[in-house]
Amino acid sequence: MSDLTMESLSTQYFDVLKELGNIGAGNATTALASLLQCKVDMKVPQVKMLDFKDVGALLGGEEQEMAGAFLAVEGDITGSILFLVKKDIAVHLVKKLMGDMASDEMGEMERSAFKEISNIITGSYLNALSSLTNLCIYPSIPDLAIDMAGAILSVPAIEFGIMGDKIILIQSQISDEIEIDGFFIMIPDMESYERILRALGVMVD
Amino acid sequence: MEVKVGMADMNVCSSPDSIITLGLGSCVGAVLYDPVAKVCGMVHVMLPDSTTIANNSNVAKFADTGVTALLDMVLKEGAKKERLIAKIAGGAQMFSVNKDSPMLRVGERNVAAVKEKLKQLGIRLVAEDTGNNYGRTVVFYPETGEYLIRAIGKEPTTI
Repeated sequence: MSDLTMESLSTQYFDVLKELGNIGAGNATTALASLLQCKVDMKVPQVKMLDFKDVGALLGGEEQEMAGAFLAVEGDITGSILFLVKKDIAVHLVKKLMGDMASDEMGEMERSAFKEISNIITGSYLNALSSLTNLCIYPSIPDLAIDMAGAILSVPAIEFGIMGDKIILIQSQISDEIEIDGFFIMIPDMESYERILRALGVMVD
Repeated sequence: MEVKVGMADMNVCSSPDSIITLGLGSCVGAVLYDPVAKVCGMVHVMLPDSTTIANNSNVAKFADTGVTALLDMVLKEGAKKERLIAKIAGGAQMFSVNKDSPMLRVGERNVAAVKEKLKQLGIRLVAEDTGNNYGRTVVFYPETGEYLIRAIGKEPTTI
């Protein structure tokens, strides 16, 4: 039985995510620019804590088709990471990377290219977290799902659901020719929240 | 009218209305239905077991408390317990990283927990569309007792 609840998570954790969002999105922008060989701009990312029922609306409805890359994290902290964009954004990014070889359908090759892009973006955030906390963090290879927003989000929602009825996410906007609205959801295991806060010298309530 | 059920939520409706939940992933959409009164209820459960979790005030979130609470709701709405049947959908495994992780297998565990609760309550499960690795939008029509399931890139099915 765990008594950690979302409400009891200190506001410091929120600040950690804001900082993580800033550095992570900055790293991701640089990495994407060099991968895609184009200029990429970024807006200040936002950290949001939402009720389950409001998450769908933020993403354009529960049935909005999205591409989500999910990976497990091991090392000093354990948990999972979900990186999520609308499907048409994923197609756009894959076309940028693969050029004429890519089709609009997310086939085997396109999926693999999107996994690589997700790897780089999630890696940028994890590097930021690792250098902020001095903790070792090893991500697994991502698994990809292209499906309804509600269905993909049920995975982090269920994990957050153990603690409460809210989900915390980092929303970042980067743009090349189009605006790329990306959602980064970090789901540390229960003990890992504490480890992250301790590593930053924040007292845990 | 279409009654909407959100994540970790439940509601009831009667003919000619219908009841819907959008984008079920690992969650389970369980329907209790009285075909004579044409009354039904749907619960969208996220987790199998409320007893292992401290913050369990939302009964609709869990299979064990959710199905029981839904039963009370449909009985209040005019359904008779001896006529009730159940149909369930959802419980997918959306990702397969770390196959042994109990959290990723939560879809399967949700389905098992709902079935166990139905059995305990003596409600017959007549149809299911569960498992696999894709999301489902589900709509139940108490007029006909049909449970419609839509998924991306697939023909809609009725159970």
